[in-house]
Amino acid sequence: MAGIISAAAHIPYLKIERNVIGKAWGRGSLPGCRSVANSDEDSMTMAAEAATLCLAGTDRRKLDGVFYASTTAPYREKQSSTLLATVLDLRDEVQTVDMGNSLRAGLSALKLALGAVDSGQAERVLVAAGEQRNAFPRSDQEQVFGDAGAAVLVGGHSAPVAYVDSYVVSNEITDVWRTDRDSYTHTWEARFVSSQGYLELMPRVVKGLLDKQGLEPGQIDLAILPAPDTRTFKAVVKATGLAGEGQSVNPLLDQVGFCGTPQVLIMLALALERAKPGQKILLAAYGDGAEAMLLEVKAEAAKPRLDLATQMENRAFLDSYARFLSFKEIVEPQPGEPFRLVPSATVTWREAHSLLRCHGSTCLECGAAAFPIERICNNCRSVDRYQTVRLPDMKGQVFTFSRDNLAGRPDDPVVVQTVVQMENGSRFYGLMTDCDPAQVELGMPVWLTLRKFHDLGGFHNYYWKCRPAR
Amino acid sequence: MGSIKDKIAIIGMGCSKFGERWDTGTNDLAIEAAIEAYQDAGVGPNDIEACYLSTVYAPMGGLGGTIAADALKLRDIPIIRNENWCTSGHIALFEACLAVASGMYDVVMALGVEKLKDTGYPGLGMGRGMNPVMEARRTAPGSFALIAKRYFDTYGISDEKGKELIGRIAVKNHDNGSLTPKAHFHNPVPLEKVIKAPIIAWPLGLFDCCGNSDGAACAIVTRADMAKTFRADPIYIKGVGVAMDSGLPHQRAGFDWIYFGALQNSSRQAYEMAGISDPRAELDVAEVHDCFTITELAIYENFGFSAPGGAPEDIENGFFSREGGLPVNIDGGLKCFGHPIGASGLRMTYEIYKQLQEKVDNPKRQVKNPRLGLSHTFGGPPQISAVAILGNEKG
Repeated sequence: MAGIISAAAHIPYLKIERNVIGKAWGRGSLPGCRSVANSDEDSMTMAAEAATLCLAGTDRRKLDGVFYASTTAPYREKQSSTLLATVLDLRDEVQTVDMGNSLRAGLSALKLALGAVDSGQAERVLVAAGEQRNAFPRSDQEQVFGDAGAAVLVGGHSAPVAYVDSYVVSNEITDVWRTDRDSYTHTWEARFVSSQGYLELMPRVVKGLLDKQGLEPGQIDLAILPAPDTRTFKAVVKATGLAGEGQSVNPLLDQVGFCGTPQVLIMLALALERAKPGQKILLAAYGDGAEAMLLEVKAEAAKPRLDLATQMENRAFLDSYARFLSFKEIVEPQPGEPFRLVPSATVTWREAHSLLRCHGSTCLECGAAAFPIERICNNCRSVDRYQTVRLPDMKGQVFTFSRDNLAGRPDDPVVVQTVVQMENGSRFYGLMTDCDPAQVELGMPVWLTLRKFHDLGGFHNYYWKCRPAR
Repeated sequence: MGSIKDKIAIIGMGCSKFGERWDTGTNDLAIEAAIEAYQDAGVGPNDIEACYLSTVYAPMGGLGGTIAADALKLRDIPIIRNENWCTSGHIALFEACLAVASGMYDVVMALGVEKLKDTGYPGLGMGRGMNPVMEARRTAPGSFALIAKRYFDTYGISDEKGKELIGRIAVKNHDNGSLTPKAHFHNPVPLEKVIKAPIIAWPLGLFDCCGNSDGAACAIVTRADMAKTFRADPIYIKGVGVAMDSGLPHQRAGFDWIYFGALQNSSRQAYEMAGISDPRAELDVAEVHDCFTITELAIYENFGFSAPGGAPEDIENGFFSREGGLPVNIDGGLKCFGHPIGASGLRMTYEIYKQLQEKVDNPKRQVKNPRLGLSHTFGGPPQISAVAILGNEKG
């Protein structure tokens, strides 16, 4: 039987207090804050961050598939899972699949991955999801939505968390949607959406699965019930009978928001941080129907190198609604960035080993390390005598930096140009992200992270940055 | 390596007014510098046998040497365009010298011209070419500022003290610029104003950065043995040095960001050719690449003007001021002229040429009894450096 080896989430560094949004519109606000993708993040990079945490320490060669789920994938025609497989430095003999068009796709992808392993078609499959939905300005959803990524590594019978069963119902209903031309999520009348959609289907699939397994709600140790808002969460917990003390996993609505496709996987990552052997975990997700899944913990799952609590503590707040709108690309500030270079599809393709896989080289003659890959050694000048080495597995330290006020975006003006000393002696030169520029110091530990640069070429340009280690 | 010491002489130079020359195009700038150089040398366009043109941007790429041909109506001679970032002007001059030294030509022009104020950008509006994907938003101030934190940290200098040290360089150069009619800026600035100025790329504030200007400069060179047939006081090439490095030493293991191979090797080559063993004592005046104040500080130590770690003391003692032991950037430097890239190397050499002839346009900044002077440009950082040493006596 297939199961789950590890799960991890990526919660963006940036948050905005909901009352900043409420005040901007002169209306009430929900409590807490929501996550906001940084200006260099998208639903692919957030999934990649989570996947990097999820895969740390595992053998990447064993992966046979990458299933990516999002309703806000960076491309309509071009896979994100292929890009994920590359930036995660997987083999090219992998099944890559993008799924989307429903917030349920995160759980659907997990189920299909488990099925692929169970059937023997794959040994290990990575499921990754990312989302950054835009809500209408002034809507409730604008305050409720969050941006995030998540990833789950699925493997065979030795996986510590075993798949037990699932239950699914499809339901054609136009309750929450974006057409192919919409920028914002639409909803039909709230009472219809709630009574005939979410609160009808979620209890039904939970009950269907419990009945199928001959279980009572009280026998579930950890219930994962992502919900679009706190009121609905309370209602679904009650309706499913999963309201025991500590039984339902925190839906993260207060400090992160409702992040759509990855939400169920983020909550799974949170649950696995404290799940004990013998416990039963029930997951459910809603969207054009609903599905539920039962897992049983055989042994503690591998811990990602960064837990959710640490991620939540490491944050900065956007200080204005204007910047929120600008980061969300809802308003376009005065053009800046006269320094942008037009990216090249051929260069990215040709140099994918350095640019996307982030490989450097180590000279086989003298041992000198370099990034990017150098055909002629900088030290001994031997030609084509190197082996490649993956930099994102290493930490680095700030060797020197500057805080440039000239090169930034108008809504994010300070650029921290950084030279990083990597653990293997090579140097990475680039930008620092997810940081407070005033806090940057020599010797500061950093990690590398894949981010989106600019779209000047009419396509997305991804490359690596560094950011403070957490 | 061979030597061109005392084999080549500069017999005429010209330099345009530098600044925001909104009403002046590339051609006009070139004409302004070249006509002065013709008159200074007593020659005309028919005497020029080859031209080495230095320009980075202006007015666009792909025009080859025709820029100089169109501006000056030079015809049927080789015009060789050269782009090597900030060192372009120096390298055009060296190529002109080598062309004469080879015996191929006797009278050769080096022309540097740059029209930055047609770009619509207040700074150098470029991505500072690297791989188009590996963008680092590399601006000039952001790049040179990388030197500062390493220097401060290595020598135990607080950020506050470091700001003051580099600020003193800005004060010195602005004071010098106030005595230089052709400079872009003529305003002396007090230290407090420098320190409190808006940050461009920390720790570099507005007054730590050179301006963005238009300008042109021109040199006419000939064989040293022919020089006195043109004028009584030719200036002789004593030593030259050029050193280039990778475009991204940022990515080289062990690169220390304080001491730069390009600076040290280019100056060593020039000193050896000129027979200089103690530049601090033997040079009478120097124009070095003060694109940013921290760059000038680093150059003091890389060029042996100051001992390693000794620049702060020399700065505080005024060693590089007009009255000091070695006046540096006595015309106000890039700080006050701005940096029209292709023109700067020849503009700096123009100041040294005039100083050595004791014909500086404002006697208040004339060095007394000079014999040897140095001019220098440095691009990147810290990849590419060119040094020229000139003298007023033929050895």
